Amino acid sequence: MDFFANHILSVVLFTPLAGAILLLLVPREMELTHRIGGNIFGMLGFLVSLPLVFWWKPGLEQFSFPENVPWIPSIGARYHLGIDGISLLLVMLTTFLGMIAILSSWSAIHQRTKEYYILLLLLQTGMIGVFVALDFFLFYVFWEVMLVPMYFLIGAWGSDRRLYAAIKFFLYTLAGSVVMLLAILALYFYAPVAPGATRTFDVPTLLAAAQHFSDPLKVWLFWGFFFAFAIKVPMFPFHTWLPDAHTEAPTAGSVILAGVLLKMGTYGFIRFSLPLLPADGAMRSNIIKIVIVLSLIGIVYGALVCLMQKDMKRLIAYSSVSHLGFCTLGIFALTPNGLAGSVLQQINHGISTGALFLIVGVLYERRHTRLISEFGGLATPMPNFAAIYLIISLSSLGMPLLNGFIGEFTILQGAFQVSKAWAAWGTLGVILGAAYLLWLYQRVMFGPVTLPVNEHLPDLNLREMATLVPLVFMAFWIGIYPKPFFSLIEKPVQKIVEQVNPNFYQMERAKLPPAVVPAAVEAK
Amino acid sequence: MHIPFLSALTDYLQGDGAVILPEVELTLFGLGILLIDFTLGVKERYLNAGLALAGTAFSAYTVWKLRVPVGANGSLLGFHDSVIVDPFFLFFAGLFLAATALVILLSVKFLEIEQEQEGEYYALLLFACVGMMFMASGFDLIVMFLGLETMALSFYVLTGFLRREKRSNEASLKYVLLGAFSSGILAYGFSLLYGLSDSTNIDTIGEMLGQRNAFITSLLHNPQSVTPAFDPFLLQLLPVLAFVFVAVGLFFKIAAVPFHQWAPDVYEGAPTPVTMFVSVASKTASFALLLRLFLVVFGATRVNWMYLVAGIAVASLTWGNLAALTQTNVKRLLAYSSISHVGYVLLGLVAGNKTAMTGIAYYLLAYIFMTAGAFAILIVLRQKGLIGEELEDLNGLYQRSPASALLLLIFMLSLAGIPPTAGFMGKYFIFLSLIETKHPVLAVFAVLYIVPALYYYFRIVVHAWLKAPGEAPRPVMSNAQAVALSVAAFVTLAAGLYPEPFTRLAQYALGR
Repeated sequence: MDFFANHILSVVLFTPLAGAILLLLVPREMELTHRIGGNIFGMLGFLVSLPLVFWWKPGLEQFSFPENVPWIPSIGARYHLGIDGISLLLVMLTTFLGMIAILSSWSAIHQRTKEYYILLLLLQTGMIGVFVALDFFLFYVFWEVMLVPMYFLIGAWGSDRRLYAAIKFFLYTLAGSVVMLLAILALYFYAPVAPGATRTFDVPTLLAAAQHFSDPLKVWLFWGFFFAFAIKVPMFPFHTWLPDAHTEAPTAGSVILAGVLLKMGTYGFIRFSLPLLPADGAMRSNIIKIVIVLSLIGIVYGALVCLMQKDMKRLIAYSSVSHLGFCTLGIFALTPNGLAGSVLQQINHGISTGALFLIVGVLYERRHTRLISEFGGLATPMPNFAAIYLIISLSSLGMPLLNGFIGEFTILQGAFQVSKAWAAWGTLGVILGAAYLLWLYQRVMFGPVTLPVNEHLPDLNLREMATLVPLVFMAFWIGIYPKPFFSLIEKPVQKIVEQVNPNFYQMERAKLPPAVVPAAVEAK
Repeated sequence: MHIPFLSALTDYLQGDGAVILPEVELTLFGLGILLIDFTLGVKERYLNAGLALAGTAFSAYTVWKLRVPVGANGSLLGFHDSVIVDPFFLFFAGLFLAATALVILLSVKFLEIEQEQEGEYYALLLFACVGMMFMASGFDLIVMFLGLETMALSFYVLTGFLRREKRSNEASLKYVLLGAFSSGILAYGFSLLYGLSDSTNIDTIGEMLGQRNAFITSLLHNPQSVTPAFDPFLLQLLPVLAFVFVAVGLFFKIAAVPFHQWAPDVYEGAPTPVTMFVSVASKTASFALLLRLFLVVFGATRVNWMYLVAGIAVASLTWGNLAALTQTNVKRLLAYSSISHVGYVLLGLVAGNKTAMTGIAYYLLAYIFMTAGAFAILIVLRQKGLIGEELEDLNGLYQRSPASALLLLIFMLSLAGIPPTAGFMGKYFIFLSLIETKHPVLAVFAVLYIVPALYYYFRIVVHAWLKAPGEAPRPVMSNAQAVALSVAAFVTLAAGLYPEPFTRLAQYALGR
């Protein structure tokens, strides 16, 4: 038990890998064993990650559950794991969505079942690794390793243009990450080191050292990291891989792609890019301007393109571009509200968009098409489905009492504190979001049943309910009582803002009437 | 009891003989194969391979024993300072022996299918390995050149070993012509070096060139001392010419752009195990020669040739990667990919610091095992009635032989440089050294070429994993092939997952 408590992160990290290795040993004819085994390990992966929440001590300055042993001493790479509130939420999102994605594939996958579950489990390990690694070398290994199972998930179980989509996904992401590798190496090399000591890849050490770099060097490093994360998020001009990959991937692949993979980019922005921002001045404001403008273009452009789509899955894929634009807007507003809202919105997006992909998956399994024009009036044969779909749509478009509202509202509030124009463009995105999601819902669900094949579509079965209901539950929880989530990320967010944008708290103080200051600042 | 002959032998083996003992053993085993081959029936021909394998094992053991005196003295010199045994040699000798052993293991079944089971094949493999080891241990231009030619002559014959096949003959002829041509250029460069320094010992040559360079620099600083007899331009002309000839000769041997044209044709035509040997061992041996010459002889004038090498490196990366994109024959594709790997190693030479040297050693080690693995899969695919070299022949390999497909994936990931594999670690050191020596532009070039590389390596993966199998039969793996594949896969993965011992080894060899 002690071992478990001391190595909880390793256990969370390697449980899926252990499952994959076990499944590898089972002969491939035993399909049912693979299905059951995959689900057991998916669930186990989620269960072992629960203690992270129960044992969480809020308010710690350092990273929790640390593990730190040498790995490659001659170059200073270590096996260093640890999480703060932000990574905790993302790890939980990963294990939660992973479990649901695995459950959702029960009847969708009929060929190469063994390999499918092995790859999904490998992917889980890769993604968790990205969020828990505190050593740049280890981080990079996980970041790259995770591409391989995703490539095969799209390439082997995707729809018609799968090979094209899979390699496009791989090459785009790779192009960004190799540039990031150079930035990591530069960070490693330029960080001062005691004479005689080996250099280190330790994330906190290197990021602290980076504070004393000259501004031009910081700018170079920032852009080096930027491409990797911007492609992963994806931000506006780098987004073209996303619609293809999301559309062609199997349902579980899309859920994981939208739910977790994209968050690796925003996580990278928060963890690595923000501390590399140069000090106040022209260079910094230029960077911020560029990133914010790209985010705003992403928000509006993504939403406009959604209005034009004929394919449901492609529509939802483009909606991710728009929603992730909100996340980057919140991050680069550099205010506590913006950042906190952005982290929460990442979780929300995982829940809502994950659920939307599951919903398309439900329809696809029944009709083997995703074209909007093939559906219509489905509310009549599928009432339960209609209810859940409606809740998820509302959550995605930001209806109060549901999760999307909390995230978007907080982000816009944070952006508003910096610039009213940013908030205005963001709000336009919210309005367009309501338009394309509700219009989609109307075309698919309302009215008379247009095609005879759709008249007797079966409603959700128990397994499909089991995949969707937890997500609906989470949507309500965050929408009604988001405080536990905010309290998890409050401390790390405050630390980041203090480090990156120290002026913010001073300016806030100056704005308030003198008497209110102490209480208000304490409250922050 | 005192037997004069034996005591003379022991004396010899403790003196000069010690530095060439590994090579002597290999030669004896090679001759032994030629002797017993006549007595073997067709069914017993595999014994030749066993003998050859034993030869590499003996030689490897001797190399391993040599590390003790080397550790005590730093290096051992013999034959009037013309042969050296130092960590550099021990490392490369180990690599050559490993590569030779892998080729022997993979050749048995291949030759059976081709019905060319002559014993000379194995003898030639051993002789080629002897040549390579002398290339790494030579400390004298003559010894180096003899080593190079021993290797090259063996390869010319091995390339044309499938006498009945047109492609094999054509490849052999091309290899002979271009090989002889490049050896000639190299020999001319050597003769200039001898003329400049009155010595064939590379240490002396290096010293002389260094002095000459210092003299030229002093002339440039005091323009009044320049006379027609001491014109800095004329003084520099010969060393530069010597460098250019030596460099061009060596670039031919390692197949760097623009001296690479022979490589794809030879790779495609040669029997696949020989292709693997050429691409893996001959390239590494030529690199050993190149490193020794560039570091010892031309070390003092590094700044002058650095940008030339950088240009060759970028050209190799560019042309190797772009030409590989459109290949449909896997052997040709791997030929172009190996040209791009040359580019990465040369970039390490451009950076030239401690990290870079470690990186070069690591890269070559990784390169040997991952490339050998990739070719080994092609050799396994070669069955009766199926050549198995085209991309189409790989279709559905996953359904036909999951283990081969998985190994192929590992080798391809490593060749592309995706962690956690050996190939990534090699690239890591090269990139880091480029950043350390302030060559950010070269570094960006180098990393971005991973992207097209991944594309063409994954064309192979797509055919093996995601295309439906056609009529092709299931490949049957012999035990020897399984052993060779396991070794290659083990090193490729181990050097990526736990690189510490391999890093130490690379640092021992070069990075000091």
